[in-house]
Amino acid sequence: MSRYIRFLVPAGLFVILVGFLFIGLQRDPSVIDSPLIGKPAPQFVLENLDDPALRVGTADLQGRMYLFNVWGTWCGGCRQEHDALLAISRSNVVPIIGLNWKDDRGLARKWLNQLGNPYELVAFDPEGQVAIDWGVYGAPETFLVAADGTVLAKRIGAMDMTVWQRDFLPLINGTGGSS
Amino acid sequence: MIPELGHFALILALLLAAAQAFFGLVGASRGNVAWMRAAQPAVAGQWVFLLLSFGALVWSFIQFDFSVRYVAMTSNSLLPLFYRIAAAWGGHEGSLLLWGTMLATWSIAVAAFSRSMPLPYKSRVLGVLGLVSMGFLMFMLFTSSPFERLVPAAAEGNDLNPLLQDVALAIHPPMLYLGYVGFSVAFAFACATLIEGRLDVAWARWARPWTLAAWLCLTIGITLGSWWAYYELGWGGYWFWDPVENASFMPWLMGAALIHSLAVTEKRGLFKSWTLLLAVGAFSLSLLGTFLVRSGVLVSVHAFATDPARGLFILGFLVAVIGGALALYTWRAPVLKSDAGFELLSREAFVLFNNALLVAATGLILLGTLYPLFMDAMELGKISVGPPYFGVAFLIPMVPLLLLLGVGMHSSWKRSHIGPIGRLFGVLLGAAVVLALLVSKFAYGQVHFMGVVGFTVAFWVMGSALYEPIRRGGNLRGLPAGFWGMTLAHFGVGLFALGITGVESYRIEKDISLGAGDVTELSGYEFRFDGTKQVRGPNYDAIEGTVVLSRDGKAFKTLHPQKRFYASGGNAMTEAGIHATPTRDLFVALGEDLGAGKWSMRVQYKPLIRYIWLGALFMALGGLVSATDRRYRAKLPATARAPGGTMAGEGAR
Repeated sequence: MSRYIRFLVPAGLFVILVGFLFIGLQRDPSVIDSPLIGKPAPQFVLENLDDPALRVGTADLQGRMYLFNVWGTWCGGCRQEHDALLAISRSNVVPIIGLNWKDDRGLARKWLNQLGNPYELVAFDPEGQVAIDWGVYGAPETFLVAADGTVLAKRIGAMDMTVWQRDFLPLINGTGGSS
Repeated sequence: MIPELGHFALILALLLAAAQAFFGLVGASRGNVAWMRAAQPAVAGQWVFLLLSFGALVWSFIQFDFSVRYVAMTSNSLLPLFYRIAAAWGGHEGSLLLWGTMLATWSIAVAAFSRSMPLPYKSRVLGVLGLVSMGFLMFMLFTSSPFERLVPAAAEGNDLNPLLQDVALAIHPPMLYLGYVGFSVAFAFACATLIEGRLDVAWARWARPWTLAAWLCLTIGITLGSWWAYYELGWGGYWFWDPVENASFMPWLMGAALIHSLAVTEKRGLFKSWTLLLAVGAFSLSLLGTFLVRSGVLVSVHAFATDPARGLFILGFLVAVIGGALALYTWRAPVLKSDAGFELLSREAFVLFNNALLVAATGLILLGTLYPLFMDAMELGKISVGPPYFGVAFLIPMVPLLLLLGVGMHSSWKRSHIGPIGRLFGVLLGAAVVLALLVSKFAYGQVHFMGVVGFTVAFWVMGSALYEPIRRGGNLRGLPAGFWGMTLAHFGVGLFALGITGVESYRIEKDISLGAGDVTELSGYEFRFDGTKQVRGPNYDAIEGTVVLSRDGKAFKTLHPQKRFYASGGNAMTEAGIHATPTRDLFVALGEDLGAGKWSMRVQYKPLIRYIWLGALFMALGGLVSATDRRYRAKLPATARAPGGTMAGEGAR
């Protein structure tokens, strides 16, 4: 019998592989848990995109649940998710705070004028310092921050209505969004 | 009307594939000659209907039929004719149809060119191919028909992904699929051998030209993809270890192992069960690649639009095909015994090392590719495995592989005897080291450990490959095609190693912001940026930069890197400006507009990069030459006379 065992090895390995592939099918690889989830959102103070004299920061957001969206005009995924963000903004469930990342102020303002502005406030982060604190890999990324300042969820890649309804809305409804 | 005919032809093809599988397998097991013969017209019919179906799809593209969902999704009215045709395989549904058409093409080729095989064996091979084809056609008809209509019809199409609007990339998928699908022939031979429990090794001789043909198509396909990535993605890289690239590379490595192992099985009757396993493995990895690309289990820049239902279907298909073959293997392979022995430095042993190292490389890449999936499935967090892992994991088996290749090429069957080159090995290796040191020192001004290792290995392999033709001087007649194939392919491996070493050890890359009139210097070349202008293409607008290259104050070339904005929207595409000579490429890509006439630019100096693709083409050419060896077309087995002493051309290729 033992000499038959080694001929079973390939089939055995294949069965294990299929098990993993099957589990893999049930999951979405672009949902990446951030180490920030369950932890307080990083503090920041930056210039307002609309007016360099004004500041946008954690202080403006205390006691409110918000969506924190990292974007730039150079980023294709941001263009793709823009309509979804506008729709989310129109639904008035939760305010969206933008982080304009490594971008040009003029271009960013032109973009919002042309395509519509889903953001309540946009912080301007040309050097990307705040993005580093938030552990941003690449734009677009979207964080959901609770009223007590805890990060609840993170999406890497373009936001769309399916993801919004499946992964974000239940969290908001569960913990009492600011609607 | 035409799309419906295409759809109908697809259904007929499925029925014929079922007939092919049934008559081929059941006919052979019952010994019913009429049934076995019936498998062949079924193959021909299936091929004709798939061609009609594919033709109908191409026709819909040419005619701008935006009432077909797939056409509306992957083309638009501005798309030039060539890309409209290429768009037929630019998306998931159409590329599956192409895949199915190619499978039928391989099947009909097997049916037509295998007169020397006994009828039951041949009909089993066709039966297995029919089963595989049934799986693909059902997948297409049930989950991803390219002929689905759109009601109401779209007024305008969406456009072919601009990334794919490129000549190299239009040809890349067909070549890649020809290779992937071609391994189904070796797979079918292996399954038929296992079903019959054949103890002889004639099957190995029948399978060799088919395996070589599949492997050479895959080689060309991968090379085109790499070449495309280099000038189109704008990063100047030629390989990214992306899951989809790995999915094509794993069957390639396994196929290379199979080509060598088949030679041993044919010549010496050794490694029988191992060779069967490799044949099953190469095609299994092709199917696994399809699954990974289309199911969405891994994140990739190349991934097709994904759909869980499709993923589940392919997984089921994978289980049926690979699981079935492996079960057959577990059941039948234990009876295959090899009785011949061989010595430690015989050709058999070198092929064994070759196989072990190639399979190890495949395994390491598979592990890296699937590792994120394993981690995620076990709730250990999401991670990504990148080039740092793959670079090292690939190098570890490759350096010994190439060193052994230089010796193995000249070894003899059965005995530890190295051909006339034997005493010269020390000299050859020494010369390679000295040459590598000289090249590093004088051509690149810097002796770098991995650079010297890489150049040494490259010179060693090339020298060893050229040794035999040089030794024979003018007397090269009568050497079999197989010998030339081996020499060309192994020389190609050396060129490939040369290219990789040059780029990886001595490239210089600079990301810099330049305004009009600014000059930057790289490795003795000056790059002067002369600003940008707007240009128009057939279906895109572009910003074109002008960069003048000069050396010692003398301008010798003006490059025009572009950033293209396709009318259909989406990301801007980069067209790099490249000046190539045999010793180096100068690469310029436009980055972002920084305002005030300034642009971020990527400027690169890439020594020897052309040899990566040239080497790969030599490998493919070697495969082609080997596949034409007359022995494969001979009716009688030519296995009896395995040469002992002289290496001649009867080589493990």
